[in-house]
Amino acid sequence: MGSAHSMPEEIQELADKTGFTLEQIEHLHRRFKQISGDQRTIRKESFDRIPDLEFNPIRSKIVRAFFDKRNLRQASDGLAEEINFEDFLTIMSYFRPMEMNMDEEQLDHFRKEKLKFLFHMYDSDNDGKITLQEYRKVVEELLSRNPHLEKESARSIADGAMMEAASICVGQMEPDQVYEGITFEDFLKMWQGIDIDTKMHVRFLNMEPIAHCH
Amino acid sequence: MQAKGSRGAPSLRALPFLFLVAALLGMLPLLHSHGVQSDPVMASEPPHHYPAVISGNEPGDITAAPLGVSQEISPLPNHSSPGHAKNRKAFPVLGIDYTHVRIPFEISLWILLACLMKLGFHVIPSVSSIVPESCLLIVVGLLVGGLIKGVGESPPILRSDIFFLFLLPPIILDAGYFLPLRQFTENLGTILIFAVVGTLWNAFFLGGLMYAVCQISGTGLNDIGLLANLLFGSIISAVDPVAVLAVFEEIHINELLHILVFGESLLNDAVTVVLYHLFEEFANFEQVTVTDIILGFLSFFVVSLGGVFVGVIYGVIAAFTSRFTSHIRVIEPLFVFLYSYMAYLSAELFHLSGIMALIASGVVMRPYVEANISHKSHTTIKYFLKMWSSVSETLIFIFLGVSTVAGRHYWNWTFIISTLIFCLIARVLGVLGLTWFINKFRIVKLTPKDQFIIAYGGLRGAIAFSLGYLLDYEHFGMRDMFLTAIITVIFFTVFVQGMTIRPLVDLLAVKKKQETKRSINEEIHTQFLDHLLTGIEDICGHYGHHHWKDKLNRFNKKYVKKCLIAGERSKEPQLIAFYHKMEMKQAIELVESGGLGKIPSAISTVSMQNINPKALPVKRILPALSKDKEEEIRKILRNNLQKTRQRLRSYNRHTLVADPYEEAWNQMLLRRQKARQLEQKINNYLTVPAHKLDSPTMSRARIGSDPLAYEPKSDSGNLPIITVDPASPQSPESVDLVNEELKGTSCLPPSPEEDEEGLVMRVKDPSSPGTDDVFTPGAGDSPSNQRIMRCLSDPGPQPEPEEGEPFIPKGK
Repeated sequence: MGSAHSMPEEIQELADKTGFTLEQIEHLHRRFKQISGDQRTIRKESFDRIPDLEFNPIRSKIVRAFFDKRNLRQASDGLAEEINFEDFLTIMSYFRPMEMNMDEEQLDHFRKEKLKFLFHMYDSDNDGKITLQEYRKVVEELLSRNPHLEKESARSIADGAMMEAASICVGQMEPDQVYEGITFEDFLKMWQGIDIDTKMHVRFLNMEPIAHCH
Repeated sequence: MQAKGSRGAPSLRALPFLFLVAALLGMLPLLHSHGVQSDPVMASEPPHHYPAVISGNEPGDITAAPLGVSQEISPLPNHSSPGHAKNRKAFPVLGIDYTHVRIPFEISLWILLACLMKLGFHVIPSVSSIVPESCLLIVVGLLVGGLIKGVGESPPILRSDIFFLFLLPPIILDAGYFLPLRQFTENLGTILIFAVVGTLWNAFFLGGLMYAVCQISGTGLNDIGLLANLLFGSIISAVDPVAVLAVFEEIHINELLHILVFGESLLNDAVTVVLYHLFEEFANFEQVTVTDIILGFLSFFVVSLGGVFVGVIYGVIAAFTSRFTSHIRVIEPLFVFLYSYMAYLSAELFHLSGIMALIASGVVMRPYVEANISHKSHTTIKYFLKMWSSVSETLIFIFLGVSTVAGRHYWNWTFIISTLIFCLIARVLGVLGLTWFINKFRIVKLTPKDQFIIAYGGLRGAIAFSLGYLLDYEHFGMRDMFLTAIITVIFFTVFVQGMTIRPLVDLLAVKKKQETKRSINEEIHTQFLDHLLTGIEDICGHYGHHHWKDKLNRFNKKYVKKCLIAGERSKEPQLIAFYHKMEMKQAIELVESGGLGKIPSAISTVSMQNINPKALPVKRILPALSKDKEEEIRKILRNNLQKTRQRLRSYNRHTLVADPYEEAWNQMLLRRQKARQLEQKINNYLTVPAHKLDSPTMSRARIGSDPLAYEPKSDSGNLPIITVDPASPQSPESVDLVNEELKGTSCLPPSPEEDEEGLVMRVKDPSSPGTDDVFTPGAGDSPSNQRIMRCLSDPGPQPEPEEGEPFIPKGK
């Protein structure tokens, strides 16, 4: 509680901005300091300190998402060099569970925000479309933990998925018609089947392990 | 009332069924009591001598039912003796010996009745949309019971051992094997709390209140002690999986609610078993000590965890066994059934929770077994499970009805009405209280609507009845009243709640299940999200659900899969496995639809050509697809071949092992197809692929190839000719091509070279139709056409040689 008392206004401000409770912010702050090594900002290399992340097949994408200015709501393009605690919280706030008292509109906004975050992870070159190339990259990364990775199959899966996406989003296509990539609207359409608001969240409280480490 | 009125209408149309079966049943007593000939004098005999023979508790206990197997044996000698007496006649040219076939005959009749009923309800859709099937079946049971009684025979009762040993396991196995594991594990905490705490609460609340009611003087219930009441409470408090499944499957409620109620009904078995045995034991004791209670508490863990343990062991053994079944595919499904059943029986043997064992074994074995067994076996398992479970379910409900008519009843207004009311109150209070508690920990909170449905979905069913039936008169003189109360509660929940839950779901606008086909995109996104969440959890240092799941997955991949899954597939990542499965499904749909009628949309309307040529004009070429397409194609062909092989060989061979002629076969097939393909190719090349798909030529070709598969095989004398066929210039060529292809895929860094090749090929196209080898990678026309060709018509050539390879070793 030390930090919370030392700068209560600042924390309150953060809480208002990101929707976290004070307690959660404090937890996350502790973690932030752990990752950053007591620095004010986190750089890309800092994430190397998290041992469990090492095995994550989409590690680079996750780390990148933290520095993506689109996600940080700073700019429509580009990558940040380093992020401070507020930015960290902003990213984390994408993973807040939905609240009981939200109305339809808020829920919809909430859902879209989450999906935008995901979309940005897919759309690495920020052209508003997930192109085939980007999609292939994603699938490749998903499969990259596999020792017997065949690029072939990753590609064909991505291709298959792309075709499916095209047929879902566009329907009948003339042979000369071109599907350039999955736009955000298409992305929304595809996610309809998956209940994003009940899935994309992390439990931010009871993070005892950190408390112990500290 | 509306419902009742509409139920009348169907029963009119279902009347033929009823009459048919009722007539058959009505004849039974006449037949079986005499064995040899029907003699009006003896027609009245069975009711007399049955009870004597059986020494059972109830006259209705045993009858012409399939359910009395174990006890039915005793009457047999009695029947046969009059038969023997008449044997002094000359050698009977035609004799009737009904007793000989009676038991299986009657079992079959009952099952037939069940199936006909099910059929009947689905013929009349207007009824089944209003009244759940379970209600209709109970009504049928009541009618049949009434008929049997009307004939003067005592109708059978749903006997507990039959129920627990034969009728229940298929339903539970079906539920366990196809358990939506993801939702189940994600909500395990909630489910457990409902199942354990909720059931305990229900049992004690109800038992206690009923005891209080019994203490009121003037009700005539004063002699029912606390233990008996608690026992009664524990019997009736458990939500019944059979009833829940029957009702919830029809209302298509969202997955969360479904798994919460259904999961509860499965997992509360352990609590029910323990409470039941506990109170039954305690009823024999003079005094219940604290030690007994502690032991009872302990036994809960033993029963539940023991059940799971037994199930896991059998599941692992089953998975391990299935590793080696690749030579004898036909018995693969049997392993699944037997091991699961053994798990159930083994658990029951020690009074552990058999349901938990079944669920555990099903859940554990499924992923590995599915990877090991053939697709056909998988289909077999699926169908058998569904068939058994639905027949069991039907029988259970029918017999609930029949038993109601058959059993002795003791109706005590006070007891029964208060049971019903307290049952409902306990459920509502339990759910409200527990969700209040659970919601503190849940991220996705349960809304009041959800709570209402959970409370309302607490249906009771045949398990309660069977447990009540198991009580013995010695200790529980009030058994009849208990049974009557149980039946009342069951009927109330199944009829009133079961029938109104659908309108209520509509009224409350509870979220329904989305009927989406699982697409490859969804799979990718889901996996992506999983990894993302795991990553975020790691970053914020919280070791939660995703973290442990990830750990478990890694462990599974690293060690378990290697032991339990044979060959290559153990290394297959989930995504690829899923992709293959989907491709296969599409391929099979393709084949089953007779060719081109219904093509999965992804293939039919959009081809790679449509996708993003601007960004990467070089990379969009087909070869990338080829390998998996080949896989798919190979599967189509295999599917076809298996079909033929099975049909032709099922008389003398029980294995699906390839025969040496198969390759010849394939070659045969190909050659015919090739000829047609040339034609198509040209057609296709000239026309727009998307529309061309449905072209008559192609579908003709597709259909045309099928008969070919059978013709020569049927007259096996022609075999030499067939072997000659492939020897013609084409076959080596195709082999070469495959090799080439393989080289291309494996040795070369796939993207640039192949793509370039692809481009070159396209230039070459026009000439290719002229040459014979359709299958040269360059043979396709535009990429899209080629792709389509591969999907649709090429199954012949490509898979061929590769297919031959795995099959031949198997044969040896």
